[in-house]
Amino acid sequence: MSAVPVPLLEARCVAKRYGGLAALDGCSLSLRAGEVTGLIGPNGAGKSTLLNAMTGLVRADAGTVLLDGRDVTALPAHRFAALGVARTFQIVRELGSLTVFENLLLAPRRQSGEGVAASLFARRKWWAQESVNAEKAKALLERVGLFRLADQPSGGLSGGQKKLLDLARALLLEPKLILLDEPGAGVAPPLKIELIRLVRELKAEGVSFGLVEHDMHLVGELCDHVHVMAEGRLLVSGTFEEVARDRRVVDAYLGVAA
Amino acid sequence: MIAYLVTIAILVCVAALVGLALNLQWGQAGLVNFGVVGFVAIGAYAAALLTPQVGWLPAMIAAGALSAALSAGLALLSIRLEENYLAIVTLGFGEVVRLVILNEGWLTNGALGIPDIPRPFASLGESIGGDAVFIVFALGLLAIVFLALEGMARSPFGRALRAIRDDATVTSALGKNVFLLRVKAFAVGGAVMGVAGALHAYYLTYIDPSQFTPIVTAYAFMAVIAGGRGSNVGLLVGAGSIMALLEGTRFLKDVIPVIDGVQLSALRLGLIGAGIVLLLILRPQGLVPEPKRRAADVLPKAGGGR
Repeated sequence: MSAVPVPLLEARCVAKRYGGLAALDGCSLSLRAGEVTGLIGPNGAGKSTLLNAMTGLVRADAGTVLLDGRDVTALPAHRFAALGVARTFQIVRELGSLTVFENLLLAPRRQSGEGVAASLFARRKWWAQESVNAEKAKALLERVGLFRLADQPSGGLSGGQKKLLDLARALLLEPKLILLDEPGAGVAPPLKIELIRLVRELKAEGVSFGLVEHDMHLVGELCDHVHVMAEGRLLVSGTFEEVARDRRVVDAYLGVAA
Repeated sequence: MIAYLVTIAILVCVAALVGLALNLQWGQAGLVNFGVVGFVAIGAYAAALLTPQVGWLPAMIAAGALSAALSAGLALLSIRLEENYLAIVTLGFGEVVRLVILNEGWLTNGALGIPDIPRPFASLGESIGGDAVFIVFALGLLAIVFLALEGMARSPFGRALRAIRDDATVTSALGKNVFLLRVKAFAVGGAVMGVAGALHAYYLTYIDPSQFTPIVTAYAFMAVIAGGRGSNVGLLVGAGSIMALLEGTRFLKDVIPVIDGVQLSALRLGLIGAGIVLLLILRPQGLVPEPKRRAADVLPKAGGGR
């Protein structure tokens, strides 16, 4: 961990046990602003658990999570959006009974119409917000090529389309950091190219990314920096090329150490 | 005959109010509430006890507020529980309410019940005809509640509730306070159930614990399932058809001479059950689909199209 600027998101000695299994065993790593950081490692290395711990979905047993230097270890999940952190999920968890468009309209922060009284008595106000959000949602859906499906129930989308929807929904939170949990899994190759293009565009616009991924092609294409995890700890960090050459990484994947 | 139809219409109003409340809690927010009858009973007893003292409107508001407060309290205690456990807790709550009413005789008059509950607009009713005034009152109340709940269902609030029903984890990752939204949904539903109980008490002018058995909860669930989970319009249709089936089957004994009254009353519930099963096979989404916001509704009209 080089002592350059304050990392955007940092995990310090984070530990999490599930019964006798140490999913995270004092894991420390950081994501720098303006970069796409990859997080790879064999199955069971603790990647998803770390991502959950870093977004408030799982409470770490020990260690701290810092966002812009601020301790967010104990913050509940719903507070992260307001701090500029959005995430997607490994297994696509679309809100299936909502339409594609409703999925997006749900996302924006500070919607006044989400209060009981305001939903009835301040219609004009939330309707105005809704119109603004709808314009943004439309623009995003056009960007990911899903606008023609806007009024379809999102449960009927293909796996890849759901991933794009998930990403578009996260973008409506206007985050500075997006954490993607296996965005490439189950996505058809053409949509994968679409995904790579989108992440690159957004990075150029100043959004930072964290990426848990098994598809090494995707990692190589996108990531500026790669952390390799194994057995709940950070194993190696570096650029994709450095990491790919590292003997320990190969061992971790192939289990030679055993 | 007219009087009979009016009676059914008023009973439909009460059932529809209860159903609308459950449709918010379970239909939209996905929170199982098997204690519906408890909240209705609390509303009914609050109205019955307070109306002679403070008049019907304050009593009705108090009935709604008390039910809402208890509902919110129960939600705060138990809403973090998984679906099945919430069902058990609410089921227990309903039973506790019934037992308290039965045994705390100093307040509720126990099994003897509370007679002579004054109706709203009773003096007006004497000059025009009691039930005529009351049905206008009941329909008016139903209309107000329906419009309010439909307004909520179509607002960002309703959308957030449906999102929670689909996946609470995703919804919280999108920055929504799932816990708070659930408590709100439960409280608003509780308030409506309390008001429904008050209407029930006003109509019958006599309440006792035997009126508040779990079958009330079952009817509410039937109405939501038949109407279509999440759809308030469907709920009205569902509540109407359940009551129509329940009442209509009374006349079966005139058509089919071989069954007597006792057999018929057992058969009627069976028929409702068969009806629900058939409906779930033939039209699992219910009679009326949940309303969705179309993209074109929200997008500013771009004169001439995209």
